[in-house]
Amino acid sequence: MGMEGIGARVARKEDKRFITGAGRYVDDMVVPGMKHAAFVRSPYAHADIRKIDIKAAEKMPGVIAVLTGKELKADGIGNLICGWMIHSKDGSPMNMGAWSPLAVDRVRYVGDAVAIVVAETKGQARDAAEAVAVSYKEKKAVTDAVAALKSGAPQLHPEAAGNLIYDWEIGDSAAADKAIKAAAHVTTMHIVNNRLVPNAMEPRAALGHYDKAEDHYTCWTTSQNPHVARLVMSAFYNVAPENKLRVIAPDVGGGFGSKIYIYPEEIVCLWASKKSGVPVKWVADRTESFMTDAHGRDHVTEVKLALDKDHKITALKVDTIANFGAYMSLFSSAVPTYLYATLLSGQYVIPAIHCNVKAVYTNTAPVDAYRGAGRPEATYVLERVVETAAREVGVSPAELRRKNFIRSFPYQTPVIMNYDAGDYETSLNAAMKAADYAGFEKRREKAKKAGKLRGIGMSCYIEACGIAPSAAVGSLGAGVGLWESAEVRVNAVGTIEVLTGSHSHGQGHETTFAQLVSQRFGVPLDQVSIVHGDTDKVQMGMGTYGSRSGAVGMSAIHKALDKVETKAKKIAAHLLEADEGDIVIENGELKVAGTDKAVPWFQMALSAYTAHNLPEGMEPGLKEGAFYDPSNFTFPAGCYICEVEVDPDTGQTEIVQFVAADDFGNIINPMIVEGQVHGGIAQGVGQALLEGCVYDAGSGQLVTASYMDYTMPRASDLPSFKVSTSNTPCPSNPLGIKGCGEAGAIGSPPAVINAITDAIQNNDLAMPATPQKVWAALKAATRH
Amino acid sequence: MYQTNYHRASSVADAVKLQKKADDGKFVSGGMTLIQTMKQRLAAPSDLIDLRHIKELKGVKVSGKSVTIGAATTHAEVASDAKLAKACPAICHLAAHIGDPHVRNMGTIGGSVANNDPAADYPAAMLALDATIVTNKREIAAAKFFTGLFETALKDDEIVTAVTFTVPDKCGYSKFPNPASRYAMTGVFVAKRKDGVKAAVTGAGDDGVFRSKEVEAALSKKFDASALDGVKVSAKNLMTDIHATAEYRANLIVVMAKRAVAAANG
Repeated sequence: MGMEGIGARVARKEDKRFITGAGRYVDDMVVPGMKHAAFVRSPYAHADIRKIDIKAAEKMPGVIAVLTGKELKADGIGNLICGWMIHSKDGSPMNMGAWSPLAVDRVRYVGDAVAIVVAETKGQARDAAEAVAVSYKEKKAVTDAVAALKSGAPQLHPEAAGNLIYDWEIGDSAAADKAIKAAAHVTTMHIVNNRLVPNAMEPRAALGHYDKAEDHYTCWTTSQNPHVARLVMSAFYNVAPENKLRVIAPDVGGGFGSKIYIYPEEIVCLWASKKSGVPVKWVADRTESFMTDAHGRDHVTEVKLALDKDHKITALKVDTIANFGAYMSLFSSAVPTYLYATLLSGQYVIPAIHCNVKAVYTNTAPVDAYRGAGRPEATYVLERVVETAAREVGVSPAELRRKNFIRSFPYQTPVIMNYDAGDYETSLNAAMKAADYAGFEKRREKAKKAGKLRGIGMSCYIEACGIAPSAAVGSLGAGVGLWESAEVRVNAVGTIEVLTGSHSHGQGHETTFAQLVSQRFGVPLDQVSIVHGDTDKVQMGMGTYGSRSGAVGMSAIHKALDKVETKAKKIAAHLLEADEGDIVIENGELKVAGTDKAVPWFQMALSAYTAHNLPEGMEPGLKEGAFYDPSNFTFPAGCYICEVEVDPDTGQTEIVQFVAADDFGNIINPMIVEGQVHGGIAQGVGQALLEGCVYDAGSGQLVTASYMDYTMPRASDLPSFKVSTSNTPCPSNPLGIKGCGEAGAIGSPPAVINAITDAIQNNDLAMPATPQKVWAALKAATRH
Repeated sequence: MYQTNYHRASSVADAVKLQKKADDGKFVSGGMTLIQTMKQRLAAPSDLIDLRHIKELKGVKVSGKSVTIGAATTHAEVASDAKLAKACPAICHLAAHIGDPHVRNMGTIGGSVANNDPAADYPAAMLALDATIVTNKREIAAAKFFTGLFETALKDDEIVTAVTFTVPDKCGYSKFPNPASRYAMTGVFVAKRKDGVKAAVTGAGDDGVFRSKEVEAALSKKFDASALDGVKVSAKNLMTDIHATAEYRANLIVVMAKRAVAAANG
């Protein structure tokens, strides 16, 4: 391992520009003649649009254009779609309602876009947007998914009778029922996974520029996957053919999933640019972000876990209702199915599993993947019910888990997943040791004397990331393949550019990807540049989400590096008059092994481009590309232990210790991995203790529309984390790496809640466990 | 935000004049609520008249037991005033826990009492301390000044110039912050004098700051946290929102009162 190669704690190259405020985000982009847009949005959760009167708005100062859904439709702009087909258990395809980028005759959630105003300034655009007179006929709204399924509930889409999008199942229901009937003990729980708002630091933004002379569109947008955005906007929304549409996602300030999807705003800005003849920029304000970014989670679940007399798990039965909001967002359908139910076996041998999922429309913002996407929901269900079962049968939660761990690999679960490698006991032991699990009762006693209730909780999570192979996801209904691409360009002086289909929006790719290259060729990090986020520069790629950039994106780079290495060695062998097989690359030189004959890397590169002296028949240049399609998902896993103290007078919870022991396979940059784990835990703690998106049930208004009411985690809410990693290399990719981006958010919520329920001796507690809820649960405390 | 005109007043008289000239002029003294409201386009004053830089409104005076705090004194200035810290540390503690450093360096005591946010900290202190709110026209007892949610006895062209109070024998403040906004979800200020105890509650009442009879009765017998053991405060007329029910707030009133008394007793 070199100082800058794989495994080195290299400081992030990109941080200089981020920390000094020199990052370039969509809102920093300026195009000559650019004007500003504001959207007219529905103030109602559910209403028919009777009439839209734009006359007054058109006369407002600075107004260039006021455009509505009718014109959009007339120009043939398509509806937004969900790109993953799920079939109900009766074989019928999911019931997808129409989602027009600008609502034409009905609005279905507060914030639904109705019209766009383009004006000289942002302020003028907003003033004029208020002057657009929309006549609404308000309808009854429903925001809760369980309520939306009841007969007589307000109906959102004619395509989805009873608001039901699909009624899907996986696993063997009869086998699970039989095992539950025969069980020595059954733990039954009602579990709610609270709705979250993603809250990326940078709000969504789009700048659409139609170039009339070239008949060409450019879209700067806050996207995690610009190529997918181009593909979808071209193939489904009829904005422009792919060769006439360039999508650029420059520096992007966080995504957490919410910037995977193609939203109405970027489509409308592109269309409005052509329509109005000026480049059109829109930047969401924070309230728009709360209202219209795709939200996360929002499940209501009934779960049964069966144990035999030896405390072996015999069955798991799960019944989930998933709130999809008013429209089906791009990947929404996959989240509570193939990213959720397929992970319900967790780290355990569970002979029978069955899960039923009903996906439901409600008058709320669309719900889609958010950091973890389905896997946090699965982990929360399983790890809460396992911990509760241990308490009910009176055994240590750690020992119940240990008894049921999967110990031989590969392991085929009853719910599709085939785990390739893992060592759950090592993580459990590491976490218990770091947490001084054995010493907990003493600490509990000490806390009691100080008037505090101390509790400890555990979570043994597994997740699946680097979703692939493409053929497999295709067979499950995905509309796209989930491979990744890379191109490695060695310049004539030996410096290197890597063009990657992955997209960095906080992950540190400019550093880790360069480390991979540096390791291979001994080239200093500052001579390696990572290029991403522009469809005109980079070959087709699939983008960054689901912790896939390491396992899939870097594997593609690895494959391209293999090709470069082969050619470089051929050139060096020719220059050194040696055999190709004897060439090794060391310290920036290509050497004949065991001799002092060597050619510097830059000289080899120069030779490739001067082409004065290349092997017979070799093409000049040194540039190679690769597409990589993994053979399986990769399965990070770990054990998290949380320790809390609850103030019984107020219900306030303090996290006094948080331990994470993760298995991420091989690690490129431990500092960046730790950063990912810290951030993930912060978001998981946020979900467990603080964050909850609330709609008013009657009016459908978003109550938590700002930080006055939506509690974001702050540094002072979090302890200093104790993190460690172990390593069972992933056999399914050439680098042996798993994914670390979501683990923290997946593993931590159940650990936190299990700790609080231990402290207050009441297992009935819902997230976010606010002081008031903990206080009320403590008052009602009777263990069930 | 809608377009507005900003004026920096040089004196109280200048401020009054500027407001008279404006179509819909609003005084601003920190703007910790008003500017946010304007950004959300929920308020649209034609003119903002900034009082924060008026010299005569700034500064803390301590003379024996008598305290005068100029209306344009920021929370950070109150928090760090050495003479005040000696005379009445509870006020410094309160000011040091308002919002965050940005808020404490922008927000002022005059702005806070004139705004009378039902979850602001200062109104509880003013009420429990029997403070006098001094304006450019008159002096108003705190008990008559705070009249409801965001409502005060102030007339449109009336400007708070200072608050004054006599330091009590003992006083203390404790608040439980709203998890999201960090405003007081319930805050209790207790003040003990020879003639009795006053306990004012902010963040909890559905009509703004109020005095808790239950807490005062218990503490008048014995000014000690133990006097509040078993005391129940009625949830009637308390707020319920997504963060806290009225019952929870009723509990917090007793808990925060205990902590305020403990702080007062040092």
